Amino acid sequence: MLGSFAVLRKQSLLGDAISHAALPGIAIAFLITGAKDTNTLLLGALVSGLIGTFWIRGIVTKTHLKSDTALGLILSVFFGFGMLLLTFIQKQPNANQAGLDKYLFGQAATLVESDVWMMAIVTGICLIVMLTFWKEFKILLFDADYTKTLGFNTKTIDILITSFIVLAIVLGLQTVGVVLMSAMLLAPAAAARQWTNSLSKMVFLAAIFGAFSGVFGTAVSASQNNLSTGPVIVIVAGVFVLFSFVFSPKRGLLFKQIRFVKNRRDLELHKTLAFMYHIAETHDNISHPHTIKILNNFQGYTKGTLQKLVDRGFVELDGNMWHLTEEGFKTASNLYNQQNASDE
Amino acid sequence: MKTLAVKVDDLTVAYNYKPVLWDIDLEIPEGVLMAIVGPNGAGKSTLIKSILGILKPIAGSVSIYGKPYEKQRKLVAYVPQKGSVDWDFPTTALDVVMMGTYGSLGWIKRPGQKEKKAALEALEKVGMLPFKNRQISQLSGGQQQRIFLARALVQNASIYFMDEPFQGVDASTEIAIINILKALRKAGKTVIVVHHDLQTVPEYFDWVTFLNVKKIATGPVKDIFNDDNLTKTYGINYKVSIQE
Repeated sequence: MLGSFAVLRKQSLLGDAISHAALPGIAIAFLITGAKDTNTLLLGALVSGLIGTFWIRGIVTKTHLKSDTALGLILSVFFGFGMLLLTFIQKQPNANQAGLDKYLFGQAATLVESDVWMMAIVTGICLIVMLTFWKEFKILLFDADYTKTLGFNTKTIDILITSFIVLAIVLGLQTVGVVLMSAMLLAPAAAARQWTNSLSKMVFLAAIFGAFSGVFGTAVSASQNNLSTGPVIVIVAGVFVLFSFVFSPKRGLLFKQIRFVKNRRDLELHKTLAFMYHIAETHDNISHPHTIKILNNFQGYTKGTLQKLVDRGFVELDGNMWHLTEEGFKTASNLYNQQNASDE
Repeated sequence: MKTLAVKVDDLTVAYNYKPVLWDIDLEIPEGVLMAIVGPNGAGKSTLIKSILGILKPIAGSVSIYGKPYEKQRKLVAYVPQKGSVDWDFPTTALDVVMMGTYGSLGWIKRPGQKEKKAALEALEKVGMLPFKNRQISQLSGGQQQRIFLARALVQNASIYFMDEPFQGVDASTEIAIINILKALRKAGKTVIVVHHDLQTVPEYFDWVTFLNVKKIATGPVKDIFNDDNLTKTYGINYKVSIQE
């Protein structure tokens, strides 16, 4: 859902950076409290995720570094620091420490009922905020400078969007983990974009794709032994993306190719017909027969195209001769006029 | 003396150490159709963006009808450069034009029937009504420019700032746009346009500002659009062959 906004902001990598940046937060929260309480750990993740995000923003606005450089920098530094803390924790004589690394790849099986409730509540809040500020989010994403001239405080909207992306990521950490979280954020949105040209439908579809990946992925991993849930969910989401890229009717590769081939064939037909029209024009009677040989002079003429014209009733054949039908003549003259009109 | 629509005092803008605009004083009277001309990198877009508060100047102040710009936002509409947004954004032409009503709506409130009607009227004015439900990526460059213009028209402002509205549009769109601008002037609005094509300045505009980091000259086209100012602005010996 929120992934749609990240994709449209061309900040797809932001999700990746945030989830990696959350790792040290988890480790530090554990070090401080010494307990593996989910809520505390996620709070730590939230705080360090936010810090990471605002550092990225700071780097981009204060220095000459491009945003992808800043993202990469923050991502690796925070992740490295997080890993360092994790190995440090593993050497500690604290029996509790086992299982902290589950945040790396996630482990949906460790979710308990209270976690699910927590997720549901936060998702609900995200939804309400999104619906409330829909107009503001949309216009900021499309044209930030213009939004400013209308008198909106773009910084506030920006912080709002970013904070919710961070929140969504942190919540997902437990299920899919630090490394794969960004896929979970982006894949449904990228898939949804293929199917629709409307922002609201895109967000809605992304939510459905995401939910379905979650449910289906969990089901698959539960039916097999030793399949961890997180990666399966991400793979399901990936399949959605692949499917969407190939099969979506408007933007998909398959239909693009089909349309391309069809257009080319139509053009070939039209050109042949136009050529015939020129010949027929020289006679008063349009059904005056001509030899097929004349057509050989025309580049792009094939027997196939001639046959197709016959099939469509534009041309009639009589041995080695052809002539245009009434309908063929009309169609051709329309084509001809259209061409002239568009040349002007 | 006519009322001043826009007054700029001592405006200086810099990226890092390099000044982009240096100590600009500018007075734009109400009801003119003004071109801002100057070479690439002269700071034309920067001037507009600084007046509109998109960029933060180092020094200087801007007033609209005698009051600070922040208090007069509703009187001002902006048409950004067409290339400044991602046209693959999932939305329709009508939706983009509706965005022009967001400012008067304020936070949270949704656009309703009244806003939709205003947007449709603006689309009609720019001749884009048949394309209202078209996905914006499927519009031509000229059509996209018209959509941007319609979005500003919806704001029903008194002053319009436009950043190169004729960039990359065909002749018929250019004529359509200039006719709308002239109609705006007729209605007593002030229109300020960043412009590149010197040939058309005398034909389209009645007021002109020459800019090259510093302000070279500003005034009525018939008084100041001459070789002297063009040479000062563009640095080469520029002959205005078009002024018959």
